[in-house]
Amino acid sequence: MASRAAQTSRLLSARHARLYLPGLGLIAFAVGSTHPARAATQITGAGSTFDYPLFSKAFYVYGQSHRDVAVNYQSIGSGGGIQQFTAGTVDFGASDVPMNAEELARAHFDVLQIPVTLGGAGIAYNLPGVAKGLKFTRELVADIYLGKVKKWNDPAIAALNPGVKLPNMPITVVHRSDGSGTTYIFTDFLSHVSPEWKEKVGTAKSVQWPAPSSVGGKGNEGVAGLVRQTPGAIGYVELAYLLQNEMTYGQIQNRSGQYVYPTIDTIRAAAATKPDVSSTNFSIVDAEGAESYPISGYSWVLLREQPRDPARGALVKAVMTWLVSKGQDLAASVDYVPLPANVQETALKTINEMKVS
Amino acid sequence: MSGAAAGGLEDRFGHTRVRPRGRLAAWLFSVALYGSCFLFFAVIVGLFLELLWGSRLSLGKFGLRFLWSTQWNPVTQQFGALPFLYGTVVSSGIALLLAVWVGVLAGVYLAEFAPRQLSFMLSLLIELLAAVPSVVYGLWGLFVLAPIVSSWIGPALQAAFGFLPIFQGTIYGVNMLTASLILALMIVPTITAITRDLVAAIPPRVREASLALGASRWETTYKVVLPLVRSGIFGACMLALGRALGETIATTMVIGNRPAISASLFAPGYTVASVIANEFTEATTNLYLSALIELGLILFVVSILVNGAGRLLLQLLVRPQ
Repeated sequence: MASRAAQTSRLLSARHARLYLPGLGLIAFAVGSTHPARAATQITGAGSTFDYPLFSKAFYVYGQSHRDVAVNYQSIGSGGGIQQFTAGTVDFGASDVPMNAEELARAHFDVLQIPVTLGGAGIAYNLPGVAKGLKFTRELVADIYLGKVKKWNDPAIAALNPGVKLPNMPITVVHRSDGSGTTYIFTDFLSHVSPEWKEKVGTAKSVQWPAPSSVGGKGNEGVAGLVRQTPGAIGYVELAYLLQNEMTYGQIQNRSGQYVYPTIDTIRAAAATKPDVSSTNFSIVDAEGAESYPISGYSWVLLREQPRDPARGALVKAVMTWLVSKGQDLAASVDYVPLPANVQETALKTINEMKVS
Repeated sequence: MSGAAAGGLEDRFGHTRVRPRGRLAAWLFSVALYGSCFLFFAVIVGLFLELLWGSRLSLGKFGLRFLWSTQWNPVTQQFGALPFLYGTVVSSGIALLLAVWVGVLAGVYLAEFAPRQLSFMLSLLIELLAAVPSVVYGLWGLFVLAPIVSSWIGPALQAAFGFLPIFQGTIYGVNMLTASLILALMIVPTITAITRDLVAAIPPRVREASLALGASRWETTYKVVLPLVRSGIFGACMLALGRALGETIATTMVIGNRPAISASLFAPGYTVASVIANEFTEATTNLYLSALIELGLILFVVSILVNGAGRLLLQLLVRPQ
C-alpha cells in the first residue's frame, strides 16, 4: 500500500509537471502557427443531404478557379440547415423545402430563398418477370399508397398494362423512414392528385403512411434495398439514385395523359412550365405539358439579404451566382437536374437582392 | 500526524519534503475519485434535466396520454409513444431471451471445457464480433438475414407453430423477428465474454473440492461453478439489454419502421431509438422536436427502470442462498 501511495505521489510530482508543460505549450504553439498559412476565406453552409453530391462537386470545381474561397458544406439535413442558418452559425442554409412563414418569423433577419437544383422521385418495383416501364396513372399510385390496390394483378393495373403478365402477389409499399425532401415531393404529388390522400395523410417530410402493408427504409439505399429483396414491393426513390443503380422503375401518366419516365429532361420540362417559382409558390408536381414528369420539385439555398459581414457576403453572393448559372452545367454529371434557363434568371434576380455594399 | 511531522523535522534525509507531498498526492487522489464519481452523477442528472426541459412542449400538450397514444402523425402534429415503446421492449426482450442461452453456454464452454488453443481462437473471434460496428450488422441484416427470414426461417416457424398469433400473417423480410435476431447477435459477444471471464476467475480449488467429493465435471459446472457466477451473469445480461434497448442504426435498417403494434413477429415494427434517428434531422416544428426529445426521455427512464428491476430481481434470486 505504502509503495503504491509513493508511486502516486511520484506521478503527480511537480518535477514531472515541469517537464511536460513546456512540451504542451510547444504543441499548442505549433498548431496555432500553421493556421494563418493560407488566406482562403472559409464559407460555411449546412442543410439538405439531397444537395450534397451536387454541392461537393460544384464547390470543388469553384474552388479550383477561385483560390481565395473555400466552401465547406455540411449535409446535416434540411431541418438542421434551417436551424443553423436561423441561429446565424452558417453563411448559407440549404433545404429541400423552403422556409415557411413560421420559420421565417423565427429568423431575426430577412431571408432570400433561391431554387438551386431539381429532384424527382421514380417509382421502383420488384416483380419477377416484369421489366422496366410498367405504366401507372397518377390515381393508381395514390390508391396503391393508400392501400386500396393490394395486389399486382388488380384490374386497375392490368388494364393499363395489356400484355404484361402480372403475378398474383400482394403489394408491399415501401417508403422512406427518415424525414426527407423526396418524401415531401412524393406526398405533395399524391396530395395534388388524390383528394383522399390530401385529407387523410397530407404533405410532409414524414407522414403517417396509411397502407397496412407499408414498410420504411432509411435513406434511398434503404428503400432500394427493401424493394430489391422483397418480391412484390413498390417504392419511391430519388432520381440520381434510381439512375445510378439501374433499378426497375415505371412510367407515370402526367396531366396531359402521356406516360413519362423520370429523366433529367422530363423533370426539367416540368420545372420549365413554371418560371416564376418562388419560396411561397414552389410546387411543380403534376405540372402541365406533354413532356413533364409529375413527381418533381426544387431544392433551395437560404441566404441573408443583409449579410453581417459585407465582404464575406460578397463572396457568398459570387459563389451562389456562379452556382445557379455556370455551376448548373455540372449537375448532369452527377445525375442531378439543372435549372431551366428561365428559372436560372429568377434565381439570379433574387440573389441580386443581397445587400453587400 | 503530528508524530509524522515531528519525525520529519528531525530527519536529515529530506523526508520532510516527501511526506507533505505524499499527503498532497493522497488528497489529490481522493479529490479525483470523488470528482469522477460526481461527474458521472452530474452528467446523468444533467442529461435528465436537459431531456425534461427539451420535452416540455410535448409534455404540456399531450401529458401522460403520450405514453399510450398510438398516433404518430407529423402532419397533424399528433404524437404518441406506444408503438415505439412496444417495439423497443419486445425486440430487446426477445433478443435477450435468445442471446442468454447461447452466450452463457458458449462462455462456460470456453472457460471450462474447450481445449486451450481453441478457447483462445474462439475468444478472439468473439471479441472481434463485439467490435464490429452496428451499421455493419445492420447492412448484413438487411441484405443477408432479412431474405433468409422471409424465405426460410419465417415459413418454417409458420409451418411448425402457425397456431400461435406471434407467427401468423404475411412474412416481411424486415420485421420484429429480424430485428430481434440482429440484436441477439450483437449482444451475444458481451454475455459470452463476461461469462467466460467470470467462470475462469473461479479458483481451481473450488472445482477440485467438488470433484474430490465425487461430483462429475458436469455436476461441478452446473451445481458449483454456475451458482457462484450467477450474479455476474445477471449483470452481463443487464449490460447486454442496455445495448439492445439503445441500439439505433442496426434496428432501423431491419425492423421495417412501421409505427404499429402487431401481435405477429413477422410484421414490421419500430423502436424509440430508430424514430429519433430517422426523424430528428428533419423535424422542423418545435412540438415535433419536443415530442422526439420526450421519446429520448422515455428511453432514458425505461433503461433506468429495467436496470433497477434487474437489480431487484437479482437480490430476490440471490437472497435464499
